[in-house]
Parts: sequence; C-alpha cells; structure tokens
Amino acid sequence: MTRAQIITRMLKPALFFLLLLPLALLVQRGFADTLGANPVETITHQTGLWALRLLLLTLAITPLCRVTGINDFVRLRRMTGLYSFLYALLHFATYAVLDHGLDIGAIFADVVKRPYVILGFSAFLLLIPLAATSHNRIIRLLGGRRWKRLHRLVYLCGLGGVLHYLWLVKADTLSPLLYLTLFLGLMLFRLPPRIRSKLSDLSGRMLPMQRRHRLLKEER
Amino acid sequence: MLIKKPETIKPSEITDQAIYLNRRQFIRDSGLLGIGVASALAGLPWVKNSWAEGATRQPFPGRIQSPFSSAEKLTDFDDASSYNNFYEFGTRKSDPKEHAQAFVPRPWSVVVDGACEKPGTYDLEDFLRPHTLEERIYRLRCVEAWSMVIPWVGFSLGDALKRFQPTSRAKYVAFYTLHDPERMPGQKRRVLEWPYREGLRMDEAMHPLAMLAVGMYGAELPNQNGAPLRLVVPWKYGFKSIKSIVRISFTEEQPVCTWNQVQPSEYGFYSNVNPNVDHLRWSQKKERRIGNWLKQETLMFNGYADQVASLYSGMDLKKYF
Repeated sequence: MTRAQIITRMLKPALFFLLLLPLALLVQRGFADTLGANPVETITHQTGLWALRLLLLTLAITPLCRVTGINDFVRLRRMTGLYSFLYALLHFATYAVLDHGLDIGAIFADVVKRPYVILGFSAFLLLIPLAATSHNRIIRLLGGRRWKRLHRLVYLCGLGGVLHYLWLVKADTLSPLLYLTLFLGLMLFRLPPRIRSKLSDLSGRMLPMQRRHRLLKEER
Repeated sequence: MLIKKPETIKPSEITDQAIYLNRRQFIRDSGLLGIGVASALAGLPWVKNSWAEGATRQPFPGRIQSPFSSAEKLTDFDDASSYNNFYEFGTRKSDPKEHAQAFVPRPWSVVVDGACEKPGTYDLEDFLRPHTLEERIYRLRCVEAWSMVIPWVGFSLGDALKRFQPTSRAKYVAFYTLHDPERMPGQKRRVLEWPYREGLRMDEAMHPLAMLAVGMYGAELPNQNGAPLRLVVPWKYGFKSIKSIVRISFTEEQPVCTWNQVQPSEYGFYSNVNPNVDHLRWSQKKERRIGNWLKQETLMFNGYADQVASLYSGMDLKKYF
C-alpha cells in the first residue's frame, strides 16, 4: 500500500468511527440516564465543544501536512470539516428545540440581542455554504480557485467559535483561552511566508534579550 | 367472652417520618456502607468517600413544617447534591461534589461583628442552640437560568440576627465564606476574589422568608451544598445564598459582594429574580427546572412577589437589578 492508500483506506475509516464516538457516547448516556442533573446543558456543551474541537482539527491539517511533509493528510480534511458541521448543527438544534421550543420569534430575539449568540450563530451560518460545497461535483462546478476562496470563510468560523465560547463563560476563562490560543497558533501558519519569516526573525532576536532579562533578574 | 384490646403500636415503633421520607436513601446508604466496608478493606479511596458522604449526614428528626413551603415536586436529592456552583471546590458544576468529600465542616465557629451589641465568636453549636429547626421547601433560581425545588432545614435569618442586637447604624449585613485553600482547593486559583462575600439590606435580612440552613432533605447539608451553615434567600438569584458562612458583619455601608465585584454590569447588589431584566448575555425570562427538558416561565421575585415586593416599592428595579 502506498502512503496515500494507508491514509484513505485505513486512517480515514478509522477516523470516521472515532469522530462519531462523542455523539454515540451522548446517545448512550442519554439512554443510561447519566447525562447529569441538567442533560440539556450537557448536550449543548458537548456538541458545542466537539464542533469547536473538530473545526480546530480541520484547521490543523494544513500545518500537519507542512510539518510532516505528508500532503496526503489533506484527504482527511473534508471529513473533519463535515463532522465539525454535524456537531455545530446538533448544537444549534439543541438550542433551538430544547431552549426555545422552536419558537422562531424567541430565537431571533435572542440571537440579535446577545453578542455571544450572534457570534456562535454567524459561525454556524458560515459553515453552511462550506458544508454545502463539499461534494466533488460542486467543487468542480465552482472551479478550484473560487472554491478555495469561499472556503477561507472557515477562518471566520473558527474565530466566531472561540469568541462565542470565551464570551459565555462566567468567570473561569481558562478553557476558552486555551482554545483561543490554539486557534491563533494555527492562524500563524496562514500568514504569508514573508511575514512569517520576519516573525521568526523577531522571536530569534527576542531570545537573547530574554536571556539578558533573566540574568539581570538573577543579579538582583 | 374474650374482649381483646386493639393492638396498639408503641410510639417507639413508629418509623420517624424523616427516616421514612429518606427510605430510598437509607437503602442506598446501607448498600454504600456494604461497599464502603468492603472497599475500606480493599483500600479504594473513591468508594470510601461516597461511603463517608452517605454515613455522616445526620438526620434532623422532629423538624417543624413551615407554612412558607411550596407544594411543588421536589428536585431529586442526587441532582441537588451533584449539580451546583460552589467555586471554592472548582468551577464545573460537578466539581463541588467531587472535591468537597474530604472537607470537614467541624469544628466551626461564626464571627459576628460590626454594628451590634453582642459581637463575638460563636461556636456553631452555641450559634444554633436557641433555634427550632423548620423544614422549608423553597424554589431556587440560579442566575444561569436553571432552577430547583429544595427542602431546606433551618430557621429565619432574622431570628438569629436579632440575638446579636444590631444597632441603629446597622443598615446592611455582610456574610463571608470560609477562606482556607487547603480545605477548599478551588481557592488555590484566583477565579474570584476570596473569600466569597455576600450581603443584604437589613430589611431584606429581617424578612421572614430569608433563612439560615443547616440541612436539606431532612439531614445535614452535604459539604458541596454549603455545610455547615448557609444562607437561603429564595427570591434572589442563587449566588446570593452564600455557603459555609464563617462571619456575619453588620455594616453601615453597602457591603462588597463577590459577583457584583467581578462584573457589576451583570450581577447587581440586589440580584432579585426578575424575568424583565435580562442578564447582559442571556435572557432571564425562562428557566429550566432541573428534571425537565423544556423551559418554563420565570416568576417575578421567583414567585415570592406577594411576600417581598413591598421591600422594593418605589425602586426602579431595572436600575437596582
């Protein structure tokens, strides 16, 4: 088997079932009545977290290709992206049905009034055209360049997703800040090579300065 | 002719109502006891913890039923004791139960100070002794838009405060939670300014609905619910009902309250349950009663408007939220 075949024939099916696992676990916990005192909250949080995690995983694939030099990893990207959309869809459905009883007026009022809901909802809306244009035939129809330009929207989805999470937390922002950092780290890879090399120069120059700083501290 | 007297049941044979009401838990505890003993031998710490929890909750027999009680369906004890906010033991709602098991709420004393005639440090037993314990079934509405119905055991806060003879300078009363990061591991991270503080206006504190609780569901408070002494103010959002109280202070100025300090635009000093004033980030019109899938309407003052609305007459509740 070639490397491409290992990825498409073995890794991809394995990942397919692996990414289904969080959902399967939620369903199992639902039947076993172990979703906790507030099952709706558990479902909302879990589907939201997995949508965000898989979006970040999707954004990590290009860097992964670049770092490992194995470009075939890109063959997994459509699936991780679509899974992220699936979890986002379930997340939104939980909110619409169980929080608002599908009352469109109430949902609309809530969405326009609350910044963190606006952010999450826009990120979800932006995912829809991406999911809808993920079929080979549509990609061909659009043409590679236009498809690529459209799919840059995923960066906005990522930003919306992490800010949505950060904004809804009451006081303990540790976990959303970790996701934000991860997202920004992945975005650094998207900077044009010229800027990236400048940045690495900068950090290279910063290192001796930090060392000097530490020395000064020790003297004191 | 043989005249048989009807068989009488000796009072000593009647099952105490508290035990009767807790029969399921009794069965569970007995089971846990068995597992606990077995695992103590095997040395499994987590089972020992749950055994300790089951075995050490002392029941309060003979408590008086309060006329303030709601007739609504009680929240499951397991839910009420495994899902709550008590940042002193961690910020997730499963953390308090998980991390409060090693906490020992004894010995315990309460400092009473500020504008009163009888300040001092009171042993918990002395603090509680004069009071007759009542059971009060109250709705609890969290600022996060979920709610419960909980049978508390305790007494009116006002009855306790009167004993310390607050002076005319006492306009407010402030409460402090224990600050001891060794015993309350959540305090090792500075997610809030420790110790947790809360406060009430004097007339709110003297309102008969405001209570100090030492127990729930017929037995003493589980650690994660604020043992050994907590406040319960049913017409305000849950975070006002401060847990594990070590200090009560009569003040002239409005005291600093923890959540108000964190984000004054979202958590007001009063924090009365009010469906017409939304939290900046979410609606307060509805709430999810724990145990239900769909939400229900939130009531003004959490359904206690008839009793407490007069405390706020003439006040703009949108401004003083």
